[in-house]
Amino acid sequence: MTRKGRRLALISAALAVIGAAAGLVLYALSDNIVFFYSPSDLVEKHVAPGARLRIGGLVEPGSVVKSADERIEFAITDGARDVKVAYQGQPPDLFREGQGVVAEGVLAAPGLIRADTILAKHDERYMPREVVESLKKQGRWQEGATGKP
Amino acid sequence: MIVEAGHFALALALALSLVQTIAPFWGARNNDSRLMSVGLTTALGQFAFVAFAFAALAAAHLRSDFSVLNVAENSHSAMPAIYKFSGVWGNHEGSMLLWSLILAAFGALVAVFGGGLPERLRADALSVQGLIGAAFLAFILFTSDPFERLSPVPFEGRDLNPILQDPGLAIHPPLLYLGYVGFSIVFSFAAAALIEGRIDAAWARFVRPFALVAWSFLTLGIAMGSYWAYYTLGWGGFWFWDPVENASLMPWLAGTAFLHSVGVMEKRDALKVWTIFLAILAFSFSLLGTFLVRSGVLTSVHAFASDPRRGVVILAILVFFIAGSLALFVWRASELKPGGLFAPISREGSLVLNNLLLATACASVFFGTIYPLALEQVTGEKITVGAPFFNMTAGVLLLTLVFLTPFGFGLAWKRGDLLAVAQRLVFALAAGIVTLVVLLGVYKGGPVLAPIAASLAIFVILGSLIEIFARVRRGGATLRVAFARARGFPLSFWGGALAHLGAGIVLLGLSATGFGSEVIASLRVGQPINVGPYQVVVDSVGIRAGPNYQETVAPMTIRSGGVIVAKIEPARRRFATRQMETTEAGIVTLNFGQIYISITDPADDGTIPARLYWKPLVTFIWLGAVLMAFAGVLSLADRRLRIGAPARARSGAGAVAAAE
Repeated sequence: MTRKGRRLALISAALAVIGAAAGLVLYALSDNIVFFYSPSDLVEKHVAPGARLRIGGLVEPGSVVKSADERIEFAITDGARDVKVAYQGQPPDLFREGQGVVAEGVLAAPGLIRADTILAKHDERYMPREVVESLKKQGRWQEGATGKP
Repeated sequence: MIVEAGHFALALALALSLVQTIAPFWGARNNDSRLMSVGLTTALGQFAFVAFAFAALAAAHLRSDFSVLNVAENSHSAMPAIYKFSGVWGNHEGSMLLWSLILAAFGALVAVFGGGLPERLRADALSVQGLIGAAFLAFILFTSDPFERLSPVPFEGRDLNPILQDPGLAIHPPLLYLGYVGFSIVFSFAAAALIEGRIDAAWARFVRPFALVAWSFLTLGIAMGSYWAYYTLGWGGFWFWDPVENASLMPWLAGTAFLHSVGVMEKRDALKVWTIFLAILAFSFSLLGTFLVRSGVLTSVHAFASDPRRGVVILAILVFFIAGSLALFVWRASELKPGGLFAPISREGSLVLNNLLLATACASVFFGTIYPLALEQVTGEKITVGAPFFNMTAGVLLLTLVFLTPFGFGLAWKRGDLLAVAQRLVFALAAGIVTLVVLLGVYKGGPVLAPIAASLAIFVILGSLIEIFARVRRGGATLRVAFARARGFPLSFWGGALAHLGAGIVLLGLSATGFGSEVIASLRVGQPINVGPYQVVVDSVGIRAGPNYQETVAPMTIRSGGVIVAKIEPARRRFATRQMETTEAGIVTLNFGQIYISITDPADDGTIPARLYWKPLVTFIWLGAVLMAFAGVLSLADRRLRIGAPARARSGAGAVAAAE
């Protein structure tokens, strides 16, 4: 193979792989991105049922209902509005009433989320950042108050 | 007293690292050997002083000296000694100190073993290494002082985060840092080559052992972190495409690409500029990882106390080194004599393809990690890019790479015979296809990715073994000749073959997770439940006290066809000091698979809510990674890579160049 041919082979291989990778990224982006909302966003932005999303806020005290076969229902609130979440399975270790939580799942009906993933904060020192920000927006966040034990 | 001494030692180390930055660099510009050799002594001195500082902090932790803020915030007198010690790096300040310690250790290694190197190259590399050290030591001293005193002295510490009270903390961060920071040497040598404007096969021979060490440790560190997350988080996941995990995967991908391309450079004197670029990339990703983890940009168990000021400083360090090195690259890369081009169907051609796939996989992981952060900064919209994205992009690219691996590994240098390689691999290909068809048939309507991954795993495992046998038995050698021949192969051949075998085993373990079973149930004492091929019974439920926690334990018996095969004790621990609970999953390994059971507190009616998993072949994921790391260490022992050998080998490289 000539020098020119070799160079052409190298360049076309590079372009093919890079093109394939870019195609995969674009395809995956159109399908697999999940948006984050606070309970207020959910109402204000008119999110259509059926959408996959994440929602974050505090677990509303007194709202947690555990039923048989590992089903759990609770409400996530940001102070202004709240959203009901239904989840099948064990919530994480740090899931507690009044604490920060993020749920990921499908908006089954306005105000009801069928979650398949629940994330609670990892330790006393912080909350999910999205939750802190959405609480700040609602004026419900006091710097340092929940940050330290 | 020793705490203040540690602080002082750290300041001295900073001063030495500054000298190490300036003196050898100046010496190299003026051909002054005396100045250049200052780099050696300062590198050793810096290591000694950082080691002393680290020992001082460790002593404070082990003695539970709560007058030190760092100890008071992250330790507890009732903790077992091992956790007191690993707690040294279970916090922001201490982990940065460990980072610097390893950085200094690698600099010292160059000083000790760099005797065979060109003097100026070594001086420049030590200078760059000194600069990195200076940046991080200054960062520790000015923003994250681990030796800060506390007054009044508390009677008791605030305890270490219970999730971190685990042998995993003793092992995972040091391994990962040895990997992360190990690439700093590769980076320093790349920068030195750019400064010198000269790079050759001898450079590749010297840098490769360091890259192998870093890569092996990084492989182990990632695997260890994954196993730790798996058993400690209590829901059986081992990889989450969490940004922090991605941060460790990116240097691994870039480093893997580097190890392959540096081989081409050593053998064929080609791909020089690209190899230098990968060297810069691998360490840049390590720095990016440090930034993502330490700045508090992300929420994760790895982000300890987050302080925005620190984030800005780390970002500044990151930008300085990455932008600086890339600028140096753009400015000086044209000075490096480019190597020749080569035939597409050859070992080096296949390695180029390997590099392309690894680099694009790395780029897509980078994109998926950074895009949400960037989008939020720009538009305020918050999105999550999760597993489906990464499986679709990096996953597909890496599976393609796995498929091509046995072909590339079988090709000869310069001019390969693809048909002959394919003929050799016919058996492996057939086995892979049979696996695919059988799995698709048995698990109709199930996931598609898992059978594909499994068949590729079978293909690459058999392909690696066939390659070894084909080389050993070439020309129908007798067993004795074959054995002698196998012993004569360079260790780097064995390293490559075993690393590919390991990758296949990892993939087999990953794909097998698609064929496990998961049960969520409320368990009653004495009532059996089926999990995969096994039956599980809860024997009793009780409460036990540990050194600094209380736990609810539910001992269980696992039977297979009526025969007891194992007993486990899943538990749930409550740590009083931090009012935190952790899940201690009950795990038992059976035929390389694992039964994995985690429980929560008993419900009012006395039942225990639990998750029960049967994960076939799951241990292959980590065993394969250990094999890969072992393969890395094995090729490290290759005679060609010994530092004493370069003189002889250099003439060999010259002969290759002349033959072209």
